Amino acid sequence: MPALSKLSELPVGAQALVREFPKQGSAFLRLREMGLMPGTSLTLIRTAPLGDPIEVKVRGYNLTLRKSEAEHILVETIATAKS
Amino acid sequence: MSAETRSPVGTRTPIYAFVGNPNCGKSTLFNALTGLKQKVGNYPGVTVEKKIGETYSQHGHPIKIIDLPGAYSLAARSPDEAVLRDVLLGRREDTPQPDRIVCILDASNLERNLYLVHQILDLGRPVILALNMMDLAAKAGLEIRVDRLEKELGVPVIPCEAANGKGIVDLRLAMSRSDLPLAKHAWEIPAPIAPAVSELAASLQENDGKAPLSARAEALLLLTDQDTVRVTGSVPLHPRTSEIFRKWQKRWEGEGTDWAGTLVSSRYDAITETCSRIVVRKANLGPSVSDRIDQVVTHPVWGWLALATIMALLFVSIFTLAEYPMNFIDGRIAALGNWVKAAMPPGNLRDLITDGAIAGVGGVLVFLPQILILFLFIGLLESTGYMARAAFIMDRMMSRVGLNGKSFIPLLSSYACAIPGIMATRTIEDQKDRLTTILVAPLMSCSARLPVYLLMMAALVPGERIPLLTKVGIMLLMYALGTFGAFGFAWLFKRTLLKGEPPLMIMELPPYRLPRLRDIFFHMVERAWMFLKNAGTVILAISIVLWFLAAYPKAPDGATPTQQLAQSFAGRAGHALEPVIKPIGFDWQIGIGLITSLAAREVFVSTMGVVFNSEGSSENTLPLRQSLLKATWPDGRPLFTPLVCITLMIFYVFAMQCMSTLAVVRRETNSWHWPAFQMAYMTGTAWVVSFVVYQGGHLLGF
Repeated sequence: MPALSKLSELPVGAQALVREFPKQGSAFLRLREMGLMPGTSLTLIRTAPLGDPIEVKVRGYNLTLRKSEAEHILVETIATAKS
Repeated sequence: MSAETRSPVGTRTPIYAFVGNPNCGKSTLFNALTGLKQKVGNYPGVTVEKKIGETYSQHGHPIKIIDLPGAYSLAARSPDEAVLRDVLLGRREDTPQPDRIVCILDASNLERNLYLVHQILDLGRPVILALNMMDLAAKAGLEIRVDRLEKELGVPVIPCEAANGKGIVDLRLAMSRSDLPLAKHAWEIPAPIAPAVSELAASLQENDGKAPLSARAEALLLLTDQDTVRVTGSVPLHPRTSEIFRKWQKRWEGEGTDWAGTLVSSRYDAITETCSRIVVRKANLGPSVSDRIDQVVTHPVWGWLALATIMALLFVSIFTLAEYPMNFIDGRIAALGNWVKAAMPPGNLRDLITDGAIAGVGGVLVFLPQILILFLFIGLLESTGYMARAAFIMDRMMSRVGLNGKSFIPLLSSYACAIPGIMATRTIEDQKDRLTTILVAPLMSCSARLPVYLLMMAALVPGERIPLLTKVGIMLLMYALGTFGAFGFAWLFKRTLLKGEPPLMIMELPPYRLPRLRDIFFHMVERAWMFLKNAGTVILAISIVLWFLAAYPKAPDGATPTQQLAQSFAGRAGHALEPVIKPIGFDWQIGIGLITSLAAREVFVSTMGVVFNSEGSSENTLPLRQSLLKATWPDGRPLFTPLVCITLMIFYVFAMQCMSTLAVVRRETNSWHWPAFQMAYMTGTAWVVSFVVYQGGHLLGF
């Protein structure tokens, strides 16, 4: 089992697969409906200038979410930032 | 075969619904098809824009199109999405259920766009897919096999580029077909929830009177949308159905089944599979233009610079560009008034027309240039995609007071005028966030307060000229007071009155696009018309009432305007108000100004001119300044002491002295309750703060 990290702590530019995703809460249901769910691959594009929210690329588009949600999503890093 | 087709071309006009994700180009397509044949209004009971347009089929038969609000899912999270859901399911009594549905998709972002389509195909209505933005998809290195998609889903798929006018003819052709096949939309409902779906569907048919096809769709919808966002006009579930649902929920919870998640995942699984067959990634291009713009615009240093530049540009254009049309309107209105004065015999009717009606209309029109420029800017920010970036950058700061980044632009626009700011809050999905933003927006110092500030500064500072530094310093103080007030109250409201779920910032950052001037222009005209209809009528009525209060009862012949005003109803109201405002240092004469400036804050200046019998105007406050400085209380103490001037400015920072804003708030919140509350809390705060400042200053010996 590879090491999992919180989406909120993923470094900028890293690619990851969503492994664990909260089942409860309307925020997470909406995130699922926006295409973010277990098994989805994503790239962390950037964090906002003040550190929150974060921007991820998922299913070909850019989505923002706050760190307060992102810290409940566990991901497996598959590639770090291209240099 | 005939059972699978519907024939809407019969006795009545077929109704199409246009649905799609936000930013898919739906409005552009709608505008292209309907042109100016649009009716824009509101769904009764909610502040969701209702747009109905008309176009013609290829054979010249009329077609009605309902442009539904953009949404990501039928499981509603906002009133916009609730309206979409309710109209499509025929739950609204005020809107006919559409016969056919046109789904507009952004071809460059197919997977997520297909999620809503997937839900809509469940409804069992004839559907046409309009694959918009094919050019952008091609630019992103994507090839979409349209014929293959058509075959897989079994519905017509029309590739288009609405922004370039391509595909409109084909879409009209498809919409003109008398028969449309129903979708081949057989996807497997996941095993753990399938029995629940059939049981719920049966109950929906039996107890809620749903048609067989839509019963299944509604049952599926129930699993992800527990009817949480219920808006006026929608019908609640039958208790039996709710009971079945609760029973299943309990069972799933016991088993640890994530029913909603399973359902969403199975839809996306089906979509991913479809996409793997129809989307060919031809090239993996490097960072797109949008990515490169974002590297600058959301950069920790350049991002702020970009935001500041855009905002500075906004304010410079409002204060400089708007001046010319405003002066022009002022001049025309004055000329019209003079012309009527010359053409009509003197008398009450003439005064009503010139001083009441014409002056009132002028008071409305003079704000129009500013409001139009603001709407233009907001439209540009929205359609280019920058609005979402501003929200992204500002979210952290707004979260301190419990709001999210989407409140930023509405609040900022309110520095120019609260009305467009409040109208721009419709982009905020969360109702409590939206209401909070509406409630505090008028605290941001708008441009109508400037004449009042300038007059008071003139009276405050000795000498003919106000030193620049003093002027800037006092202005900054007033703007800061208003801003802190707005954020303070937002913080308070979000913790007490409008306490809700922790705000979210789940938002799409759409790719940058060139603005569509035609669409922005439509939107601008629509908004301006809404303003004129709502605020305009109120200001006009208030102006006439205020004119009447100032003109009656008539003073004996030969009285000066000052004497007339002093003994009028307004003068008496000022006297009646004096006990309340004396503790904050104002006398009845200032009281008259407070009353008349309810029409618009700047009216205070002209009222003071009449009260103190001076020829000053809002541009040249010097003669009026002299009169103000000569004004005294009956016992000979000067009225406009520096402390009173400061107090009066502070009063105007907080007080809700604007009827047109209240009229717009009433419309946007759909109740009298909120504007009344807003008036009470703002003017109450104004009085309390003024009291503290005045009495405190007094004690300190000012």
